[in-house]
Amino acid sequence: MHDPESVHDPESVHDMKVLCAMSGGVDSSVAASELLAAGHEVVGVTMRLWGGQSDTGCCSIADVDDARRVAQQLGIDHLVFNFTEDFDTHVVDPYVRAHQQGTTPNPCIECNRHLKFARLSERADLLGFDAVATGHHARVIEVDGAHYVARGADTEKDQSYVVHMLTQRELARTLFPVGHLTKTVVRALASAAGLRTASKPDSQDVCFITHTGGRAQFLGDRIPFRRGDVVDLDGNRLAGIESVELVTIGQRRGIGLPGGGPKRYVVDVDTERAVVVVGTDEDLFDTEVHLDAMTWAVPAAGPSVPRAVLVQCSAHGAARSAIYAAGMYADGVIRWDEPQRRIAPGQSVVLYDPTDTYVLGGGIARRVLPSVVVRSTDG
Amino acid sequence: MPSDLVYLDHAATTPMRREAIEAMLPHLDQSYANPSGSHRFARQARQALDDAREVIATVIGCLPGDVVFTAGGTEADNTAVLGAVQLRGGTAVCSAVEHHAVLHAVEHVAGVVVGTDASGRIDQSRLSATLEASGPDISVVSVMAVNNEVGSVTDVAQVAALVRRLAPGALVHTDAVQAANWLDLRLLMPHVDLLSLSAHKFAGPKGVGVLVIREGVTVSPLLIGGGQERERRSGTQNVAGAVAMAEALRLADLERDSEQDRIGVLRDRLVDRLVDEVPHLRETVAREHKVAGSAHVCIRDVENEALLYLLDEAAVCASAASACAAGAMEPSHVLAAMGVEREWAGGALRLTLGRTTTRADVDRAAEVVIAAVKRIRAHIGARP
Repeated sequence: MHDPESVHDPESVHDMKVLCAMSGGVDSSVAASELLAAGHEVVGVTMRLWGGQSDTGCCSIADVDDARRVAQQLGIDHLVFNFTEDFDTHVVDPYVRAHQQGTTPNPCIECNRHLKFARLSERADLLGFDAVATGHHARVIEVDGAHYVARGADTEKDQSYVVHMLTQRELARTLFPVGHLTKTVVRALASAAGLRTASKPDSQDVCFITHTGGRAQFLGDRIPFRRGDVVDLDGNRLAGIESVELVTIGQRRGIGLPGGGPKRYVVDVDTERAVVVVGTDEDLFDTEVHLDAMTWAVPAAGPSVPRAVLVQCSAHGAARSAIYAAGMYADGVIRWDEPQRRIAPGQSVVLYDPTDTYVLGGGIARRVLPSVVVRSTDG
Repeated sequence: MPSDLVYLDHAATTPMRREAIEAMLPHLDQSYANPSGSHRFARQARQALDDAREVIATVIGCLPGDVVFTAGGTEADNTAVLGAVQLRGGTAVCSAVEHHAVLHAVEHVAGVVVGTDASGRIDQSRLSATLEASGPDISVVSVMAVNNEVGSVTDVAQVAALVRRLAPGALVHTDAVQAANWLDLRLLMPHVDLLSLSAHKFAGPKGVGVLVIREGVTVSPLLIGGGQERERRSGTQNVAGAVAMAEALRLADLERDSEQDRIGVLRDRLVDRLVDEVPHLRETVAREHKVAGSAHVCIRDVENEALLYLLDEAAVCASAASACAAGAMEPSHVLAAMGVEREWAGGALRLTLGRTTTRADVDRAAEVVIAAVKRIRAHIGARP
C-alpha cells in the first residue's frame, strides 16, 4: 500500500498508478497530462452515467471521443465504465423523488458522492490503482495530520463545494491535479500540449436534462404534476399553479401572480398539500438552517460544541459566517451571524473553516415550515 | 500481434490469414482498375471479381449470380430485412438473440421479435404461434445460424420448414456471419432464401461481406446508384476485399473439419479447468448445442467490466457483451432473452477461440481468469 501521508501531493510522489476520470473536458484532460508529467502511471476512464437522451453535460458520445483522443495523444490507456444503473439509482431517481417532495436537489453533488468518489474509487481500488484523480478545481491539504478538501487556486472556478463530502478514506486516495492552477493556466497548458479540448467550453448543466426539453419535460415524463394553490402567509389564496413540483424557494416569476403589485417570492413549497406560499423578500430571510445527512472530513470530529464557520450554500455562492451546533431535531444547525435568504430544502450546505480555506463538512438543508393555514382553496 | 498477447476474441474478429493478405495485395497495388470499366485493364479486375464470386458460390452451395458483395455483415443483414419489407410490405420476424444488425432492423420496421429457449435458440412454439397468427402478412423471417455471443447453433432447416408450412409467402433469412468456420454452408443454403456472411469472421478483411439472394428471390436494394451488383447493390466493388474473402472462405471450408476438432479440444480444456477451479461459474450453453470455438461462461456476482480490465492487464483479450457507441459495455440482450438471472449475467465472459489459438493460449487464459476472479472476490469480501 502507498503511504497516505504523501498521496495528496502529486509533486512529491512519482510512482503511483492513478485512474484519472476524463469527462472529455479541458480540466480532466490537463489533469491527466499533469499526472503524467509528475511521473505517475496513468489510465484514463470515462464513466457512462446517463443512458437516456442528452444534449448537454458529460455523457455524450462526442465527449467520450474527446476523452479518448486526448488519452491517445497522451499515450495512456482509456477505458469506459458503464455506471448507468448506479447513476439511475443514486442520482436520477432521487432527483425525481426530491421534486415530488418539493425539495431542490443538487444531482452533481450526488453524482460525486455516489459515483465518482464511491463507485469509481472502489473499482479503482479493486483494479490495483493507488489513487483516483479528477479535474475538479479543488485541492487536498493536510492540517494537523488530517486531510481536507481546500478551495481551488482559481477562486472563480473553485469546486470544493461539489466535492465537499470526501472524508479521510477517500481524501487519502484522491488527487486534483489542476486544483492548484487557474483556469487560464489550465487552458494554456492544454493549448501548449495541443490537446483538442483546449478551448472547449465548460459544461454547466445537469447532464441528463436536455436544452430543448428542460427540467419540466424531464420530470413531466416521469411523474404526474399536481395543480396547486398559491397563497400568502396569511393563507389567502392568490392564484393557481399548474405544477407545484417545478417551484423552488425564492422563485418570483411563473407562479401565476399579476405584475405590478408588490414583489412576492416563494417562501415555501408544500407538495403534499399542493400549496405554494409567497411572501415579501423580507419573509425569505432566516436566522438559521437545519441540516440533515451531515458528513465530516474527519468523521469523528463533528463538533460537539458550537463553533464558528463560514457557510456556502451554492456552487459559486459567497461564504457567510455562522455558528454551527449539533442539532436536537436535525443533524446540525447553522445560526447565521446576519440573517440570510432562505436555502431551498435539498440544497447542499457546506461548512468551511473560518479562514475560508478548507471544507470541514456539509449537509443538506431541511425545509423551514411556516405556519400557514390556507383560508380558501376555491377559485 | 505482440507475442505475449493471448487473443481469445475470435468472434469479434479473426486475424487475417497470410494467404488472404497475399491474395488482395495485387488488387490494392498494380491491378487497381474499376471492374465496371470497358478497357482491358478493367477486364482484369472484373475477372478477379468473377473468380472470387465463383469460389464463394461453391463454398456456399449457391449460384455465382446469387452472391451479392456488400460492405460487411451489417449491410447484408440490413438489406435482407429492410429490403424484403420495402419490396413486399408486411411484417419482419426475428429471434430475440439476433445480432443488432438484424434485431434493430426488424425493430426499425416495427417487426415481431420472438423469444428463445434457455440455450439461445428461437422458441419454435412461440414462432409457430406468430406464424399462425399473421402468416400471410409476414414478409421475412430472420434466424441466425450461430449466435455471436453464446455460440449456440440453431437448426435453421427446422425453423425454415416451419416457416414454409405456416407462412409460405415469407422469405427465410439466416445471419450466418458466425457460422462459416463451423458449419458446412452447403447444408444450410438449401433451406433459406437469403444468407449473410462477413469476411473478417473467417480470416478475411474487414469491410466486405456477402448477401446471398437465391435465384428468383428479390429484395429492394439498400444502396441505389450504378447498380453494379445486378441492381441488388450499388457502389464500385471492393475487388481486393472480395478476392481476399474468397481465398479465406475457401481455406476455412477446406480446414473446417480438422480445425473444428482441434479447437474443440482446446475449448474443452479451457472450460473444464474454469468449471473445476472457479466457484460459482457455469457454462452458459451446453457444449452439444454450440460451436467448438465458443467458451461463454457466467461467473456469479463478478462485474465483467472489472474482470475484463484484469484480463486486459494480463494481456488476455476477451469480451463480454456488445459495447455501445461510447465504448461502454451494455447488458447483454442475448442473456436477457435466454432468461439468465442478473447476478449471473453481470459476470458474463466470452472467450472465443480460432485458427491461431494454441494450447499455451488457453492455459494462460485459464490461469489469468482464475486469478482475476479470486482477486475480485477477495476484494468484495474485504469491502467495509
